[in-house]
Amino acid sequence: MFSARFLRDAALVVVPVVAIMAVLPSFYSNHLLLFNFVVFLTLAQGVNILYGFTGYLPFGYVGFFGAGAYGFSVAVLHLKAPPLAALVAAGAAACALGLVLAPLLRLSGAYFSIANLAASLAVLQIISNPNLEDITRGPYGISLSGVFNPTLAYGMALAVLAATLLFVAYLRSSNFGLALQAIRENLFSASMAGIDVVRARMIAWLACALVAGFTGGVFAWYVSVFFPETVFGAEFSIFAIVFALFGGTSTLLGPIVGVVILYGVYNVIGVSAPQYFQLIYGFLIMALVLFLPNGLTSLLQRRGIDVP
Amino acid sequence: MLAYTLFAGILFGLYFSLVGLGLNLVFGVMRIVNLAHGDFLMLGAYLAFWLYTLSEVNPVAVIPLAFALFVLIGLPLYYILVPRLLAANDPEMLSIILFFGLSQVIEALAGIVFGRSERSIPGGELGRALAGFVNLFPGAKMESGPVEIFGQTFPAAWVVAGLASLLAVLCLYVYLYRTRLGALTRAVMADREEALSTGIDTHRVSAIAFAIGIALAAIGGVFAPFMLGSITPAMGVEATVTSFAVIVIGSLGNPLGTVLGGIVYGVSYMLMQSYLSSWANLLPYLLLIAILLVRPSGLLGRQVRLA
Repeated sequence: MFSARFLRDAALVVVPVVAIMAVLPSFYSNHLLLFNFVVFLTLAQGVNILYGFTGYLPFGYVGFFGAGAYGFSVAVLHLKAPPLAALVAAGAAACALGLVLAPLLRLSGAYFSIANLAASLAVLQIISNPNLEDITRGPYGISLSGVFNPTLAYGMALAVLAATLLFVAYLRSSNFGLALQAIRENLFSASMAGIDVVRARMIAWLACALVAGFTGGVFAWYVSVFFPETVFGAEFSIFAIVFALFGGTSTLLGPIVGVVILYGVYNVIGVSAPQYFQLIYGFLIMALVLFLPNGLTSLLQRRGIDVP
Repeated sequence: MLAYTLFAGILFGLYFSLVGLGLNLVFGVMRIVNLAHGDFLMLGAYLAFWLYTLSEVNPVAVIPLAFALFVLIGLPLYYILVPRLLAANDPEMLSIILFFGLSQVIEALAGIVFGRSERSIPGGELGRALAGFVNLFPGAKMESGPVEIFGQTFPAAWVVAGLASLLAVLCLYVYLYRTRLGALTRAVMADREEALSTGIDTHRVSAIAFAIGIALAAIGGVFAPFMLGSITPAMGVEATVTSFAVIVIGSLGNPLGTVLGGIVYGVSYMLMQSYLSSWANLLPYLLLIAILLVRPSGLLGRQVRLA
């Protein structure tokens, strides 16, 4: 039923990563940091689903994340939903936004990225508008202290991460994943070969939105107090994209390596000296594009190694 | 009220077309997205601010200096970044990330050098420049202060920024359509491969276009303290998005399209400010998405950008 490649990916990457992140809280006391690692591991794979397999670069990826966070909060605050049900609302909110923005997929290349960036900023402007204070609390932020439960939230974040990793492994080993990559390489040949281009892209797009929506919902649950600028901060999109590209997209391991190295560096020097961090980060991104545009894993791939 | 709004919208629109002009040129010629465009605008704004603060140089006098300085910065920057980028697999996509990195570097350096506090220049300075200019003509007499046009009074800063922007657009138009280098630039815009095969030094032409694009952003920045509010190292992102909205509404590679885009943008911005002010910040984003979806080639464009 599962291909050998899928099983190999799952055994070599998915199981160890999830297991490590599951046991680390017992050894390391900064749980918020570990949680953030899980969040970025998931978001980087979300970017990987879209960019690695379809070539669309979602520069406003944080829009789905924020939609998920607010979907979760509105369900908890107004519908008095239990957190697990509210997570479903988070996914639904992100999917709904994905459907609204689906026409953006008609745009190509940079136009898609810019329109996506504008869309995420537009969603932020709408949600933080004081006129909507009754629904979203406008710019004044959300407090979910009633459902605060970091242990369970961390567990759910791990579940989302595991599901996302398995989905990427599936894309790497299935006909559907091949179909997406065929569309990325040449739209017309793929469509001549009988691939339903619109449907395939739509599935990848909604999957990518869903990943960010669930992550946003879990994030809202875990931090429980946040402002619109927190969950719509451009750094979520940027970090997720840079991590994924740094490691190497359309692999399972690449985005993970990117998160571990770059987010690790961020936490070592970024917190104490943010300006110098931004400087180093900028140079790192430029060097990446100029010298290693296919990511770290391409160093191994060039030697003929099939990176998981 | 309506007449005031419309005219103010046109003045702002002219300024917004100056803001977008350089980005349009760079994208048109090189097919790369200069996500650091707004950061060069920010640097131009700081140049004007420091020259004014340290030695009271009038911002209008800073314009030629800013142009020359940023052309000199832009030329080497082109040769460092772009030829390598254009040789890559997917230059359009990678350019977004590359110039995002550059924008981070510029913003961080500006934060370290200039500090994070908000800066501004008194608006009367541009009025003094305008009055000084008008009084150069024999028989003309003008006080520095608000300017009256069609019975409405506008801050002199808006009028000067609008006029200077118009002048910049005209200069670029003359460059592109009346000079030999401009003709070569348009050839590269139309088809890079073919231009190369007819013996055009595409890198040289592109480097000049790139430098001019950056210098135009810096000139836009000189007026930023008067038109966009106080200046901070982080103002670049918003300026970049605004520029995108403007050039997408207009069309690519055509300076007249950018003017049209700027004016559409400026007038709708002013209308939103007057009648629906709490939603005005939403406008650039919605306009950008709407135009991209409905008419992706822009109002005056012919190229098709659909996937």
